[in-house]
Amino acid sequence: MNLPFIKKFSTKALIILISSELAAVVTGPPGNGDTPWVGFHDSITQKASFFGLFVTGRWALFYAIGIISYLAVHFFKKLNSNNSAMDSLRSQYSSVAKNKYFKLAAVLVIGVLAILLPTVITDPFWREAMVSQIAVFVLLALGLNVVVGFAGLLDLGFVAFYAVGAYATAWCTGALPMPPIFGSHVNPFFAIPIAIILAMVAGVILGIPTLRLRGDYLAIVTLGFGEIITLFANNLTGITGGAQGTKQVPHFSLHIGPLKYIWGLDPVPYYYLVIGFVILFIFIFYSLEHSRVGRAWTAIREDEVAAESLGINPLKYKVMAFAIGAASAGFAGVMTAAQSNFLTPATFTLALSINILVLVIFGGMGSIFGVVFGAIVIQTITMYLIHTPPAGYQPPDLYIYIGALLVIMMIFRPGGLFPARRRQRADVATSSLENSNG
Amino acid sequence: MLEVKNAVVRYGAITALHGISLEVNKGEIVTLLGANGAGKSTTLRMLSGLQAAQEGQILFEGVDIANTKPHNFTALGISHVPEGRRIFPQMTVEENLDMGAYSRKDSYVDDIEKMFIMFPILKDRRKQLGGNLSGGEQQMLAIARALMSRPRLLLLDEPSMGLAPMIIESIFQIIGDIRETGTTVFLVEQNASQALRLADRGYVMENGRIAFSDKASNLLNDPRVRAVYLGESA
Repeated sequence: MNLPFIKKFSTKALIILISSELAAVVTGPPGNGDTPWVGFHDSITQKASFFGLFVTGRWALFYAIGIISYLAVHFFKKLNSNNSAMDSLRSQYSSVAKNKYFKLAAVLVIGVLAILLPTVITDPFWREAMVSQIAVFVLLALGLNVVVGFAGLLDLGFVAFYAVGAYATAWCTGALPMPPIFGSHVNPFFAIPIAIILAMVAGVILGIPTLRLRGDYLAIVTLGFGEIITLFANNLTGITGGAQGTKQVPHFSLHIGPLKYIWGLDPVPYYYLVIGFVILFIFIFYSLEHSRVGRAWTAIREDEVAAESLGINPLKYKVMAFAIGAASAGFAGVMTAAQSNFLTPATFTLALSINILVLVIFGGMGSIFGVVFGAIVIQTITMYLIHTPPAGYQPPDLYIYIGALLVIMMIFRPGGLFPARRRQRADVATSSLENSNG
Repeated sequence: MLEVKNAVVRYGAITALHGISLEVNKGEIVTLLGANGAGKSTTLRMLSGLQAAQEGQILFEGVDIANTKPHNFTALGISHVPEGRRIFPQMTVEENLDMGAYSRKDSYVDDIEKMFIMFPILKDRRKQLGGNLSGGEQQMLAIARALMSRPRLLLLDEPSMGLAPMIIESIFQIIGDIRETGTTVFLVEQNASQALRLADRGYVMENGRIAFSDKASNLLNDPRVRAVYLGESA
C-alpha cells in the first residue's frame, strides 16, 4: 500500500471538506441572533441540485464538486507533464493555429455563426440578452482592453465613458431636460458620432491631468471619475433628469429615399447593428495594436522611463489610449440608450466598471480575441444564472460564482483564457529578469 | 558639443547640484566620477531632460536644451542609456532594437545588422526575450538600443553596475569602439580605474559640486583620486 500518497490525498480531502463547507455556508441563508447556527445546519440539510442532475445536501454537493475538480486538475497535470504524445499534439495544433489561412477560415466561420445566431436562439430572454447584455459588453470589454491591455493603465471608472455616450444620445434625441443641439427627435444614428466624440473628449479631459500618475494612484483617480459622472447624472436634475432618468429615447430608424426601416422592440435588428460595429471596432483596434501607436503602448507598458528615453511621449500615447478606449464605450452607450429607450444613473455603477474589468482579465488582457470571448463567456454565465437559477440561488450569489471562476483562472491561466502573445511569455521573462538583477 | 554652465538643481529645500559647469567636446569620451550621493545621477537626469535645472544653461551644439522634454532628446541627437539598463523584458532582442529606432522615419534595417556586428552575442539571441538575457547581454542590448537612433552624443549611466569584471572589460572595449565610429560619449561611472583608462578627460564630483577635473591620465595618477576611488592611502 502506498501510504504517503494516501496521507497527501487525505490532507487535500480535509482542506476541500473545510472549504466546501465554507462555500455551503456563505451561499446559504443568513443567520441571526436567535438562530446562529442556521447557516451551518442548512448547509447539511437543505437540498440543492447540481444543474438538475442530482439532488443532495448543499455541503455534500460542494464537496463532490471540490473532489471532482481536484481529481480533474491532478489528472490534467499528470497528463501535462512528460507526455510526448501530448506535446506533439500540441505543437501540431499550434502550427495549424498559426497558419494564416486557418486564421482567416476561423474568422469567417465565427462571422457566419454570429450572423446565423438569431435563427438558432428564439427564446425572447436570450434574444434580448444577446444584444443588451452580451454584445454591448463585448464593446465595453474591447474598449477597456485598449486602456488596460494595450497601454497597461488600470482604469476603475470605465463606466463613465459608457454613461457619457448614453447620455449624449439622450441629449441629441431630446430625451434630456437640457435642450438638444439639432432640435428634438433626431434619429439616434446622428447621435453616434456626437456620442463617440464626447466620450473621447471625456477621455482626454480625464487623461491629461491624471495620466501623469502611475499605477495605484491612477486607479484611484479613475475610480473617482466614474463616481463623479454617476453623481452628476443623479444630481444635475435640470440637465440629466436626475435619479428618475430620462424621457423616451427614440429607436434607430432609416429614411433614405424609398428605403424606410425602423429598429423597433425586436432585438434582432439591433443585434446585427451592434455586430457590425463590433467588427468595425475589432478591425480598428487590431490595426492600432500592430501600428506605431501599438508599439509605443507596449513600450510604455513595459518600461515607461525607457520608452521616454527612446523618444516616445508617454503622456500623448496614454491620453490616446484613454480616448480610443472611450470611443467604443461611447458607442456602447448609444446602443444601450437607443435599444432600452430609457436611462437612469443607477445603470452606471462602480460594480459595472469592475464587471467590465473582470471580462478583460478573464478573457486575457491585451488579446482582442480573448476579451471578446471572455465577455461572451462571463455574460452568458451571468444571464444563464438569472434566467434559470439553480435551486436556492440568490442574485448576489452571482459574485461568488464569478469570483471563484476568476480565482481558478488566475491559478491555472494567469494570462486569461486566450492570453496575448506577449503576455504568454511574460512569466518566464520577468522571473529571469529578477534573477539577473538580483 | 555639450556645455553646462552653472546648473543648479533643487529637490524642494535640498540643493542637489550647486551650480556645476562641464564641457564635452566632439569625439571625446568624458567621464564623471563621484561617490554615492555626489550628484552624478542628478547630473545625468538633467542632461537627458528627466530633471529640470532651476538655474544655469545646458547648451547642445549651441542650442539651449534646458527645457526640452525627455522624449525629444533622441531627435536632437542625444541618446541616454538609463541606469539599470531598463530593456523591455517581454520584447525580443530584435523588437528592443526596433524600439530604439522609434524616433527615426527612415529605414533602419542596416543599423540592426551593424549592431549585430558590433554585438555578435545579440545576433545569437535575436529571437530571445530581453528579460531572458544575462546582465551583461542586457547592458549590451541597452547600449545597442540607444545607438539605433544614431545619436551624436551617447549618455551612459553606470554601464558596469552589477556585472562581472570580464564583462565590464568587454563593455568598456565596446564603448571605445563606439567613439571610433564618431559618437561622443559621456560616461557616468563608479568604476573609476576602468573609466579613467578609457576616457580622455574626467570630472570628479563631491557634494553636488565639480571638485576638480583634468585629463584622464592625470586623474589616474592624482593622489586625491587614488585615495578616494582607487582605494590607496594618500
